[in-house]
Amino acid sequence: MLIYGVSLMSGCLIAGVIIGKLIGHMVGIDADVGGVGIAMLLLVVISRWFIDRERMSELAQDGIKFWSAMYIPIVVAMAASQNVVAAFDAGTMAFIAGFLPVVAGFLLIRPLSALSGSSEPEDAAKPAKRAAQGAK
Amino acid sequence: MLDIIVGTLEKLPLITAFAIVGVIMWISYAIGKLVNNRIHGSAIAIVAGLVLAYIGGKVSGGTKGISDISLFAGFGLMGGAMLRDFAIVSTAFGVKLEEVKKAGLAGGIALVISVIISTAVGAAVAYAFGYTSVVDMATIGGGATTFIVGPVTGAALGASSEVIALSVAAGVVKSIAVMILTPLLAKPAGLTTPAAAAVYGGLMGTTSGVSAGLAATDPKLVPYGALTATFYTGFGCLMVPSVGYMTLAALFG
Repeated sequence: MLIYGVSLMSGCLIAGVIIGKLIGHMVGIDADVGGVGIAMLLLVVISRWFIDRERMSELAQDGIKFWSAMYIPIVVAMAASQNVVAAFDAGTMAFIAGFLPVVAGFLLIRPLSALSGSSEPEDAAKPAKRAAQGAK
Repeated sequence: MLDIIVGTLEKLPLITAFAIVGVIMWISYAIGKLVNNRIHGSAIAIVAGLVLAYIGGKVSGGTKGISDISLFAGFGLMGGAMLRDFAIVSTAFGVKLEEVKKAGLAGGIALVISVIISTAVGAAVAYAFGYTSVVDMATIGGGATTFIVGPVTGAALGASSEVIALSVAAGVVKSIAVMILTPLLAKPAGLTTPAAAAVYGGLMGTTSGVSAGLAATDPKLVPYGALTATFYTGFGCLMVPSVGYMTLAALFG
């Protein structure tokens, strides 16, 4: 059933956020440290385990793929809910303070990704194909 | 008649948002085709979303873009943190763990470096504009990491609400700059592989900026960038009010 995939994903997100909050609590802050990232790792590992054992039906997988295809529309709705007026009216200081780190970030992508030492950059993109198809 | 239509739409906020976002996507992808996909449809759709957010903010005077207009309240639900995080998690489906491992180390290093650089740059800019107290510098530095780290830092250190508002503004500028610049700069900056996307996620850190930026650039890179970016705000909330503040206090206190 479709809901099995959706339910698995929900479980991963709930578990991830709880773990993230626990980590936050342990280091003494009231915030979720990487909950969504942990949820993503859980989904990668658990769904692989089920698929390898052929315990995950196509329909269950479609339940996850639906949300991955909804990703861009959700991001568009997110963009439409941002406080763009505040960003425009922020004043010079807030603008510079927010903008400079972005420039620094773009300059650092190449040198830092060289650290991961992937010898075949084009091939490396292939395993993500399924996610890409889902996202379309 | 109009009352009945508007009343119905207001009673079905999420459904209204689905319907309108669908139309925005359709128009955006049609424009994308017209320009031979030199600008991808998703990038056009995201910019359209930002324009709507600006209009909504101007019309309503609120802080949540178009969703502050009651007719479009569903945008807040559809694009809120809950569904956004859910959709981000779904993009991890089908990703290979080996890829994540390969990209993870560089992404983690990028994250640490970026929290340091962003805080330092934000604090330096604050200092240059006359906010020379260590609390103000740390708070605005936090805002330069993400718009959540700023207020968390400010609240922890007891910054004034004016400075906290400035830190949020800096974070929002960062997030929107990432959304707009990523599809334009992706190729020259080398953002073409999963490993580079993980590094990019760690460097930019803002989950909303990264998720929109990658969606507009190349959807297959989304999971890698999102994975590292989602650790950024938590790490920033941890480091900036503690280590960041103490470092600034040692230098300027």
